[in-house]
Amino acid sequence: MISFSEIFSEFTALLAGPDPDLLEIVFLSMQVSLTATLLACLIGLPLGALLAMRDFPGKWLVTVLVNTLMGMPPVVLGLIVYLMLSRSGPMGFLQLLYTPAAMIIAQTALVLPIVTALTRQLIEDSWKDYREPLQSLCVSPWGCVQTLLWDNRFSLMTISLAGFSRAISEVGAVIIVGGNIDHLTRVMTTAIALETSKGDLALALALGFILLVIALLVNATVYSTRMRFA
Amino acid sequence: MNRLLPLNISQLHLQIDQRQLLNCINLRIVSNGICLIMGHNGAGKSLLLRCMHGLLKPNSGTVSWNHSGADIIETRQQQAMVFQKPLMLNRSVAGNIHYVLKLRNLPLSLCEHYLKSANLESKGEQAARSLSGGEQQRLAIARAIATEPAVLFLDEPTANLDPQATRQIESQVLNAMHQSIKVIMVTHDIAQAKRLADEIVFMQTGSVTEHTDAKQFFTQPHSDAARDYLSAYLH
Amino acid sequence: MKKLALTTLLTAIIAFTTTAGAFAKNNSILVQSTTSTANSGLYDYLLPLFESETGIKVNVVAVGTGQAIRNASNCDADVLLVHARDAEEKFVTDGYGTQRHDLMYNDFVIIGPAQDKANIRELSNVIDALHEIADKNAVFVSRGDNSGTHKTELKLWKETGIDPTIDSGKWYRETGSGMGATLNIAVGMGAYTMTDRATWINFKNRGDHKVLVQGDERLFNQYGVTLINGDKCQSANVTQGKLFVEWLIGDKGQSEIANYRLNDQQLFHPNAR
Repeated sequence: MISFSEIFSEFTALLAGPDPDLLEIVFLSMQVSLTATLLACLIGLPLGALLAMRDFPGKWLVTVLVNTLMGMPPVVLGLIVYLMLSRSGPMGFLQLLYTPAAMIIAQTALVLPIVTALTRQLIEDSWKDYREPLQSLCVSPWGCVQTLLWDNRFSLMTISLAGFSRAISEVGAVIIVGGNIDHLTRVMTTAIALETSKGDLALALALGFILLVIALLVNATVYSTRMRFA
Repeated sequence: MNRLLPLNISQLHLQIDQRQLLNCINLRIVSNGICLIMGHNGAGKSLLLRCMHGLLKPNSGTVSWNHSGADIIETRQQQAMVFQKPLMLNRSVAGNIHYVLKLRNLPLSLCEHYLKSANLESKGEQAARSLSGGEQQRLAIARAIATEPAVLFLDEPTANLDPQATRQIESQVLNAMHQSIKVIMVTHDIAQAKRLADEIVFMQTGSVTEHTDAKQFFTQPHSDAARDYLSAYLH
Repeated sequence: MKKLALTTLLTAIIAFTTTAGAFAKNNSILVQSTTSTANSGLYDYLLPLFESETGIKVNVVAVGTGQAIRNASNCDADVLLVHARDAEEKFVTDGYGTQRHDLMYNDFVIIGPAQDKANIRELSNVIDALHEIADKNAVFVSRGDNSGTHKTELKLWKETGIDPTIDSGKWYRETGSGMGATLNIAVGMGAYTMTDRATWINFKNRGDHKVLVQGDERLFNQYGVTLINGDKCQSANVTQGKLFVEWLIGDKGQSEIANYRLNDQQLFHPNAR
């Protein structure tokens, strides 16, 4: 069995002399997951707010559906995106399969329900207090969305972080639509899966710790921004 | 003369969940000044205020401002309302004023004036939600006045405030009146009503039982109900 | 100001996603491959040589043979490199590939724990070894994923006349996973399993497991390479894919395959005619 000193020495070696391959993988992970989170937030935040504020027939069904999609297994989502983007699929002409763009699409779809569902719950609670005053001021529907999103910005940051965590840590979707191609679509999680399949558990775990360090840095950055604006 | 007056309410009925809450209300408010709506809890004061402001749609009857059948939104934009528990937007004190100035396309430089009027000029950068109850209420009133309304609705603005805070609110209300804003306000405080009111609307279980000049209301109320109400508070 | 920032951001994202799509396609080919050739490091050795000669970038998706063939049937490949002759030939007769070429071979081995409960260490006949394992109810881990290795293993069981799947979940355990995951499980459970030699030599988490049976000609492991049929898959990069196949089965590719060594052992033996 592997020892912790073995993992630790791999870890320090990776940190001490970060080789270009590792940096490339780390950079791509960040690029893909941050872009996916950003896209999911651009869509999911207003969508969640609208869902909270608007009454329409079948609203409960949409709400339950979005909440359910939070539990979407990444592998299943990866397969769906694969079938869409495959050269023989309906969107094959885009030539996106096995590219970072495909990974961004898959992770956006994975993060979107999380951001939408959590935003809906949050905004629904505060909409109770805002509805009449904003109605009294004759704020437009889109203005209401903006006001509620801005006033809940700190909680929404945490929601975005939850989305990012989901994206950066998943392997099932990106390995199917990205293919784990060296120097093209290999990210932290697929590299960890690869090293595990090679039986190099120490290296796999060390990569896992690097992933955690990255997540820590992102969280710390967001938290310090929050402190500054609070 | 106020651009929205007179207010004509006729045959107004309001039902929510099968319960008759406002019952055949006829009311005509003509003159400027401060109008107080009084009555026991559950008499329908806040509901009437919301109907006047267009936040609640009556089941039947009409609310008309200045003889016009103008669009409800257009009318509401010329009015402002301060709720019993005022909403503080999650931003600075000045940010709360900026919000409505931007909404009405007014210059942001006016902010300072309104902060001063609420006695909050030193707290512009502070988070609005960190203000005390009285300060929050003052900010809410200043924010409402900043929309440059013709009519200002106030729903028990001094409930739960100490006498000094109450006085500060009252002076803000009087200032508004002096700027020819028609003030329509719900209150339970009879002493306050005596200090502020020009006219009184007295309500009982969903109906308006009395609408008179303030002086007359306090000396010779028409209805038994109003007499009971006043004496209960005097003893 | 806020709007401007947002617009810039969106433009950047759109620009990024479209270029990301373009540069993968440009002057590169896509190979659906079995995992053993990728995990053994063979591609890390071969592909830079091919790339410097031709300027063509080779992108490798390494999955089990079953999945590789399925992906290629969806036209998501220009070249297929796997090790399941029957399935490859069916792929060609179904019209997905043009022609299958023998490329190279190595062999499968049976590995197991050092204490060797079924006592198969001295056996040179793999059928006898499987009989012993079944008789002793010694735990045997199978890929169970329709891969090339799994197909070969099932062929061997058929020869023994034993149907191990009857005891699936008892001594016969199907992981439904790749070779690496299956080896990790076998080592973890102290079980026997069958693996290709290249993956085993490159595998780090061996515990006390050893190669116990090898050298039986039934354990022969043939790799083949197939060019995707451009008539069936319009979007396939057939021209450059063909260059790669011809390079692999040509003198240069064949001698470089023979040159690749790991831990002083030759992993693959070229045998294109």
